[in-house]
Amino acid sequence: MSMSAPLTITGGKLVLAAGEPQSGGIRCETGRIVAIGEVSAQPGDTVIDAKGQLIAPGLVDLGVFAIDKAAFHFGGITRAALMPDQNPPLDHPARVRFAAQSGKPDLWVHPLAAATRGLEGTELAELALMRDAGAKAVATGRRWIGDSGTMHRLLSYAAMLNLTVITHAEDAGLAGNAVATAGEMATRYGLPAAPAEAEALAVARDITLAELSGARLHFRQITTRAACDLVRSAKARGASVSAGVTPAHFMLSDTAIGDFRTFTKLSPPLRSEADRMAVRAALADGTIDVICSGHDPRGPEDKRLPFADAEPGMAGAETLLALSLGLVRDGVIDLPRAFALLAANPARLLGVEVGKLEIGFEADIAIIASERPWIVDSDRMAASAGNTPFDKQGVEGRVTALFKGGKQIG
Amino acid sequence: MTSPDPSATSRYPAGSAAFPHRDLTGLAELAPWELLYLMDEAEQWVDLNRSASKRDERLHGLTIINAFFENSTRTLLSFEIAGKRLGADVVNMHAAQSSVKKGETLIDTAMTLNAMHADAIVIRHQSSGAVQLIADKVDCPVLNAGDGQHEHPTQGLLDALTIRHSKGEIAGLIVTICGDILHSRVARSNIHCLTTLGAQVRVCAPPALMPAGIEQMKVTPYYDFDAALDGADVVMMLRLQQERMSGQFIPSPREYRHLYGLTLERLARAKPDALVMHPGPMNRGVEIDSNVADLAGRSAITRQVEMGVAIRMACLDVLTRKARGVEGWA
Repeated sequence: MSMSAPLTITGGKLVLAAGEPQSGGIRCETGRIVAIGEVSAQPGDTVIDAKGQLIAPGLVDLGVFAIDKAAFHFGGITRAALMPDQNPPLDHPARVRFAAQSGKPDLWVHPLAAATRGLEGTELAELALMRDAGAKAVATGRRWIGDSGTMHRLLSYAAMLNLTVITHAEDAGLAGNAVATAGEMATRYGLPAAPAEAEALAVARDITLAELSGARLHFRQITTRAACDLVRSAKARGASVSAGVTPAHFMLSDTAIGDFRTFTKLSPPLRSEADRMAVRAALADGTIDVICSGHDPRGPEDKRLPFADAEPGMAGAETLLALSLGLVRDGVIDLPRAFALLAANPARLLGVEVGKLEIGFEADIAIIASERPWIVDSDRMAASAGNTPFDKQGVEGRVTALFKGGKQIG
Repeated sequence: MTSPDPSATSRYPAGSAAFPHRDLTGLAELAPWELLYLMDEAEQWVDLNRSASKRDERLHGLTIINAFFENSTRTLLSFEIAGKRLGADVVNMHAAQSSVKKGETLIDTAMTLNAMHADAIVIRHQSSGAVQLIADKVDCPVLNAGDGQHEHPTQGLLDALTIRHSKGEIAGLIVTICGDILHSRVARSNIHCLTTLGAQVRVCAPPALMPAGIEQMKVTPYYDFDAALDGADVVMMLRLQQERMSGQFIPSPREYRHLYGLTLERLARAKPDALVMHPGPMNRGVEIDSNVADLAGRSAITRQVEMGVAIRMACLDVLTRKARGVEGWA
């Protein structure tokens, strides 16, 4: 990266690891944070007045399906962990190395290595070579590994390589070809459905195997009460287990699939209202560690189809921050916890020194007008496609300036 | 054009207020009087179809496209006859065997049909919601002839009409629907129609073929067929597809018959005059025994087919009134 002038941001409210935001500023040199709090600009600094807005760490989005820079920058995301579900999959060191360079300088992409060749769930991929090519963790992709023996070998191997395994939690046998959660909505609309318990089955098995192998296991999304309970009790035992969720599953229940709205077709599918409330409780009590966007922009060729035939996924990068700040407004979590979920925890899982306003950390910084209202509009998104289930919804909180490595983006 | 029996339609609001919908995609959203309006409108066509001439020219010059993305014999035939008896030009598009399957192609197909200026499009598709998707893209009335496991509205209406012809009134009847409830659009449309009209509906299936949350649709679920039949006024059997009887959902056809086959002995548990129905095609000797299917005075299976043509004539008539400039509808 070319050397840029040191950066001083003044007059903001600093989002720190705990407590109310503190009035102050931040100073960065050579891409890193060098001072926090009472800062004064040095001669030659680029000086930005935050005008009372939040100064927060840039978001670290753990598990996106596409590199969509405009959407990420709109959403305050400075780093994104790329799922291996690419075409072709990230199951080869060369592809990992290429992906790791693909966003620089203003977006850092952390590739997640495919756990198995072709993401088929049978043969282990070259995890050590991919790690050394820049993979920050291993992921099973959109699918669960059905064979328990394979999963056990994967977890043991990843543990040896000190790589976190990120898995998709849905028992494939029970889930079958389901596109919705079994219940009244799926029955009324005649959609193939599976019991929500498919998630808990997968979570229970994978926690068991992770404890057996000593691996660090991260569930990219947990969306049901039963899965939250399993993760909560595993953590209480001291297991190296963590979990994430996307805003869709704490904002929406399966009533949103009404009228066959394919923008609400997700994987895992939307759940019952009781499960949605359990997810919010799990966000509040620390069971869930990460909020991610699951960003997966899909155009009409993938979404303007009958519900069961459409691809799952949502363009989530732009709404990630605002919907998470909604949890703060609703009193579910406080502001420092929101940024732990959005930045510090995913950074820790990826093993990168970022995600907090801390001296010595990379200066990935967002200035946020946390109460600025705006309306999500699927026709006018920064993302490469407008498949948001939150179309026309009013939200609050918008990034007004974004810095990657101390350098302003855009 | 006046109705043969003005008293029959005078219970309804004038003109298009009686049925203020462009399309017929399902019965879930329809009010009881809207269901009754279509059924009452069908009565004249029941009479016409039994007469020697069987011909009315009110749809003369209109083009109706039957776009069937999934195989069908009887429903397609029924819609074709219905359109022709009303004087329309009916063309059939069989997309099931062609490369037209899904993707943008479905929307493109809809746009193509629309560009041909059809006056009504009748659609069957293997995916739930596909008909609504097409309806949103075309300018003419769309009739759902079955979409996935979602709805088959004309089947629901024709079944209700069949029951009414035999029992006089739907409200208060106990109707038992038995079979593959999970995969059945016929069951869903019947549930919507019959519960809206005041019947008590019981659904009966083994657990693997019973959808979750079905009781939220105002029906009572049963696993035990004998219990479900107890005191029933109507017994509606559903077809069970062969591939679902080979171990995936049901161990074997004979095991299915053992638990859920409608035999004369079982039928005795229902009311003595209980009506036997089946949307067809039947697996004789599996879900229904031949001597039950052919039981004179009790089996309404061929009557259902007859009512089907009348209901479809009524739907085509009502939905094209706006385009035809019928007074009060245009």
